[in-house]
Amino acid sequence: MGKIWRVSGPLIVADDMRGSQVYEIVHIGEEGIVGEIIGLEEDKAIVQAHEDTLGLKVGEVVEGTGKILSAELGPGLVGSIYDGLQKSLLAMAEDMGSFLKRGARALALPRDTKWQFTPVVKAGDMVSGGDIIGTVPETELIEHRVMVPLGMRGKIKEIREGSYTVEETIALLEDGGEVRELRLMQEWPVRKPRPYKQRHDPSGLLTTGMRILDYMFPLALGGKAAIPGGFGTGKTVTMQQLVRWAQTDLNIYVGCGERGNEMADVLYSFRQLKDPNTGKLLKEKEIFIANTSNMPVVAREASIFVGVTMAEYYRDMGYDILLVADSTSRWAEAMREMGGRLEEMPGEEGFPSYLGSRLSSFYERAGMVECLGSPGRKGSITIAGAVSPPGADFSEPVTQNTLRIVDALYSLDVSLANKRHFPAISWLMSYSLYADTVSAWWEKLDPGWAETRMAGLKLLQQEAELEEIVRLVGPEALPEGDKLLLLVTRMIREDFLQQSAYHEVDTYCVPVKAGLMLKTIMKFYDMATEMLNAGKSVAEVRSLPVVYKISRMKDVPNDKMPAKAKELWVEMEKAVTTDKPVS
Amino acid sequence: MEVSSLYVKESGAIKRAKGSLLVAESIPGVKFNEVVDVRLANGEIKSGQAIDISAEATVVQVFGGVSEVDLADSKIRCKGETLKLPVSGDLLGRIFNGMGKPIDGVPAFVPEGYMDINGEPMNPASRRPPSEFIETGISAIDGLNALVRGQKLPIFSGSGLPHNQIVAQVIRQAAVKGKAEKFAIVLGAIGVSYDDASFFMKNLEETGALERTVAFINTASDPVIERISTPRLALTAAEHLAWQHGMHVLVILTDMTNYCEALRELSSMREEIPSRRGYPGYMYTDLATMYERAGRVFDKEGSVTIMPILTMPDDDITHPIPDLTGYITEGQVVLSRNLERKGIYPPIDVFLSLSRMMKEGIGEGKTREDHNNVFMQSYAAYAEGCYLREISTIIGAESLGERDKVYLANASDFESKFIAQGEFEKRTVEETLDIAWKLFSALPKEDLKLIKEEFIERYLPKQEASS
Ligand SMILES: Nc1ncnc2c1ncn2[C@@H]1O[C@H](COP(=O)(O)OP(=O)(O)OP(=O)(O)O)[C@@H](O)[C@H]1O
Ligand SMILES: [Mg+2]
Repeated sequence: MGKIWRVSGPLIVADDMRGSQVYEIVHIGEEGIVGEIIGLEEDKAIVQAHEDTLGLKVGEVVEGTGKILSAELGPGLVGSIYDGLQKSLLAMAEDMGSFLKRGARALALPRDTKWQFTPVVKAGDMVSGGDIIGTVPETELIEHRVMVPLGMRGKIKEIREGSYTVEETIALLEDGGEVRELRLMQEWPVRKPRPYKQRHDPSGLLTTGMRILDYMFPLALGGKAAIPGGFGTGKTVTMQQLVRWAQTDLNIYVGCGERGNEMADVLYSFRQLKDPNTGKLLKEKEIFIANTSNMPVVAREASIFVGVTMAEYYRDMGYDILLVADSTSRWAEAMREMGGRLEEMPGEEGFPSYLGSRLSSFYERAGMVECLGSPGRKGSITIAGAVSPPGADFSEPVTQNTLRIVDALYSLDVSLANKRHFPAISWLMSYSLYADTVSAWWEKLDPGWAETRMAGLKLLQQEAELEEIVRLVGPEALPEGDKLLLLVTRMIREDFLQQSAYHEVDTYCVPVKAGLMLKTIMKFYDMATEMLNAGKSVAEVRSLPVVYKISRMKDVPNDKMPAKAKELWVEMEKAVTTDKPVS
Repeated sequence: MEVSSLYVKESGAIKRAKGSLLVAESIPGVKFNEVVDVRLANGEIKSGQAIDISAEATVVQVFGGVSEVDLADSKIRCKGETLKLPVSGDLLGRIFNGMGKPIDGVPAFVPEGYMDINGEPMNPASRRPPSEFIETGISAIDGLNALVRGQKLPIFSGSGLPHNQIVAQVIRQAAVKGKAEKFAIVLGAIGVSYDDASFFMKNLEETGALERTVAFINTASDPVIERISTPRLALTAAEHLAWQHGMHVLVILTDMTNYCEALRELSSMREEIPSRRGYPGYMYTDLATMYERAGRVFDKEGSVTIMPILTMPDDDITHPIPDLTGYITEGQVVLSRNLERKGIYPPIDVFLSLSRMMKEGIGEGKTREDHNNVFMQSYAAYAEGCYLREISTIIGAESLGERDKVYLANASDFESKFIAQGEFEKRTVEETLDIAWKLFSALPKEDLKLIKEEFIERYLPKQEASS
């Protein structure tokens, strides 16, 4: 047992620590606060404390646990809410009320819940790491596929159907005369990516219900995306929308150094809101990590890894997982804080020089993979990270390093947010390299998608160029053709891209509806061009009732949109033909 | 602060003094971050903080202008205690300094207990989502950036702008619709001028709220280190009143810019690696651990709502102080020098302002069913008008089309009729919404596309026959 030799903020140096290992978890002082060894020098250990060190004294005990920072994996994760070290916040609330005490512990998985286990292999079968040996209905939406822990192999000696806690033995595995017990629970060190058989390219659209994503800048299953933006531009709301509506099997929300009230809001709403596809409550397919800004900084650093380890575990079962992290900048700041204490050579803006590699070690855990074990299956992790650049200045290190890694960028624009154009995702600055990846998916659903998308984006580009002229000569001085273009791009912006997360219908827009909405606007452009050619003015076109009706498409429920679009198209065709004779 | 007459430990030899840092032989029993007394060679006593402790040495940062010479023969004395505030319901009506010592001449009360001024983090899973609308009677806030109980909503101001008046108006007028409950106000004045401090005290006195107020006052001439403890003391008092006495507490902290400057000063004395513009890298977390003390919890009745005031250096919202604050708080009310020059009170820039908790606090049963729609449409119309105003400064308003002229005029009306109001004018939220509807009636009806059609039917004033 060692003792405290030095305390400097979250950095602790402990003496008499011979025999410890790097990354080992230690308990410090009377309260037993949790720390992690990050370096060893002779018999001194350098420890980063995951909890507040206020009031610690030299000489207090430091006790090694022999374990490295690991996540508990097993049924009971889904629907839970954890702090950055995977302590159950609900359990802690029950034990000690509404405020977190230092040194408090709570296990990730409840030990008394019984789970119904149904084997899918039988005694005598040869199995190895990753093989599915049975299932547990974890929630109404998630079938928990119990896998042989990675690295183990052998012959099933015995397997038991029935109701078990996570610690009870469900099977015996015989390997070279040695018999090992298998349980519903296993552990995995969070800093080490879980292996897989083979990596595939991201494929298929990750449907989010947000038009500017799905239609314009699509995200693919297994992809990596970043959402940078100044304060109040909509990072958190976008992340929340993602985990609300994404048509994935399981979503993980890592609230990392952000607000408590926001977490309270998601937690509360996920107990009321239903998944549009299955009609089940959202909490049946979510895991939350809430390490808010007032909780210990160093645990923020761990929270991301705890989250992605859980994601990999469910990916290995063959599921599509979405993990969002809000905000990766706070995570980077936690690294900076530790780096500063260790007197490492700082890189840009005081961030450690390994900032870039640490960021990519996180995003690299995204991907579409062929999982280990049988039966053969594919799973994916898609990661979307929020970035909070100081002063909304994207040239800072975290944004820049992130841009080098991700393949989709949703760039939030302060001026759009100020005008309350939401989502404030800039159509000029954002991009997705997955457009080709998902084009087959889209074309099947919505033939002509690629073309319409490009046409829409091009018009918006032209608008931006015209805008400079407007500022010099005013809108009235433009030729009619340009005026029409501005009218149409306004419709694209306001009646298509703009989408309130709080609108009861529009909050979730299915891809079919998104496609019909933009096509209807483009159809309007064709019709109006024809009318202009026939001598009508833009002012006349603008006052057509169909313009107002197009602006109300958002109110149309997803399943009613095809009929509505038909109606609008008929109306537009009529408008052109009835106008023809006039010219 | 707990005043203990007995020191537990005293240091041996001072090894080294550098700037305001004192490296002494290790003091057994000293706690990390403990506040200690430093007795200088001339007998003077300064306070300091143990910022790095080890078996070889104790590093103490000494506060309040000392030179290395003074420090050389000094002694460090510690009590083995971190900062605690004696708490009680009798805090109400009292005035303390930035170290928690009463400065109102009234005898000390019998404490119910001592609380660590850093508080304990609220368990996110125990938080009750804030949803109770606080009617401030100010249209630009209630209508467009509504405040709810348990929120932290700062005022971003500039020197010379009427932030104090606005906050005083909020204190005077704020009420939760349809409720009369136990409320309290906690004022933390940080490095402010005597005038600023007494402005609030006088205002509170006039409205008869003084006996429901606790004040912690650190003026510009008080020690800088006390600026670090002042807001924490205020929040500790607020938490006690909220969680132990079930009160709804509004905490006013002014001026948080002074707090951040103090933090920077201390950090640079410690020779820490600075982040942007010399502010320490941990400023975000430091501010967050205070602001996150706002909220409500499921198992207790009261609430803590925080309204900090900060002045933006050079009116620059991207300066680290407002920037990091904006990343922490649940929105911000931003004051505009431009509107102020136009004679508009309160000069609230509604584009830069935001309330993130608004949506939970408004709507049917809380304010009115049309509130959210009115809010969105108001922004859309005002944004359009302001854009046209910008263009028309170059091309002249007369070259605008008819429709554009309507929006241009509407933006001015919005400023003079909706945003502007009297310092003593209290509007109900219904009045606020009705003003917005009156402004909508000047716009083309088919442009009201952000409003549900049934609300247009119900609330849009019918066109007068004359038009
Ligand atoms: N899609 C949306 N629909 C409607 N409102 C939105 C949307 N996105 C953002 N908003 C509005 O903008 C506000 C700020 O958004 P959000 O909290 O997501 O910002 P943020 O980028 O996470 O800021 P911070 O970095 O400070 O956390 C929200 O409270 C909401 O009012
Ligand atoms: Mg956010």
